Amino acid sequence: MIKKKTRPPAEVPSSSMSDIAFLLLIFFLLVSNVDTDKGIGVVLPPPGEAEIKLNPKNITMVLVNAKGEVLFNDEVIPVNEIENRARELEARNPKMVFSVQTDRKTKYQDYIDVVDQLTIADVKKLALIGTPQ
Amino acid sequence: MAIKKKSKARAGIPTASMSDIIFMLLIFFMAATSLKTVEGLKVKLPRARSIAKLDTPKRSVLYVFIDRTGRISIQDKLMNAEDVSGVIYPLRQNDNRLTISLRADQETQMGVVSDVQNELRDASALKVNYSAKHK
Repeated sequence: MIKKKTRPPAEVPSSSMSDIAFLLLIFFLLVSNVDTDKGIGVVLPPPGEAEIKLNPKNITMVLVNAKGEVLFNDEVIPVNEIENRARELEARNPKMVFSVQTDRKTKYQDYIDVVDQLTIADVKKLALIGTPQ
Repeated sequence: MAIKKKSKARAGIPTASMSDIIFMLLIFFMAATSLKTVEGLKVKLPRARSIAKLDTPKRSVLYVFIDRTGRISIQDKLMNAEDVSGVIYPLRQNDNRLTISLRADQETQMGVVSDVQNELRDASALKVNYSAKHK
């Protein structure tokens, strides 16, 4: 008579299941990044053509043309020099208002570069005039 | 003679494999669901150095998308620049912490951006965040 072999019961080992699950959990926790919104915060001037009388001495005009060239107080300067210039002026005259104007064809990146430089220079008063209509 | 009752198998759901099933479901849903992607247009954000995290709570943030061709999208609706203030004004009235997150493309022309900004001023939504990526 043939004796049947006693087979071990078929079973998936489940003791390491939780380890695997934890690994997966940690993996997904690290990999999935919650989309945080970062950027440069500005406050726009209130509506209406409010005539604010400013002493011309307290205004620094920053013009950006369509090619991304910067005219800083009637002088063409490279973008990365704005920071130093602005710091200097701000230190000399804390009431200084920096007015950024662009052409309608200026690229947004060029505008952001200029605003970025002014933000790095810690200017308190930033006027975003935008484009002439 | 009384019929002897068969001893019934114990009624019960086997629970040993329950955790396996749960894990399978967990993994399935992890793989199958994609988190809600931000609505709007495809934009390549500009790069800047002086960026900070937006400190307004998420529900007070309104995204305004402007892509490189100058199309404007708010709350998944395309619109013209002159309609922007009409859309934003009621939102601004309900929430005075409303912050506009301006997600414009690097290549967008400033004319459109400026038009949108003027509309935002008209709607008195003055807090604006220029969305940018780290340089």
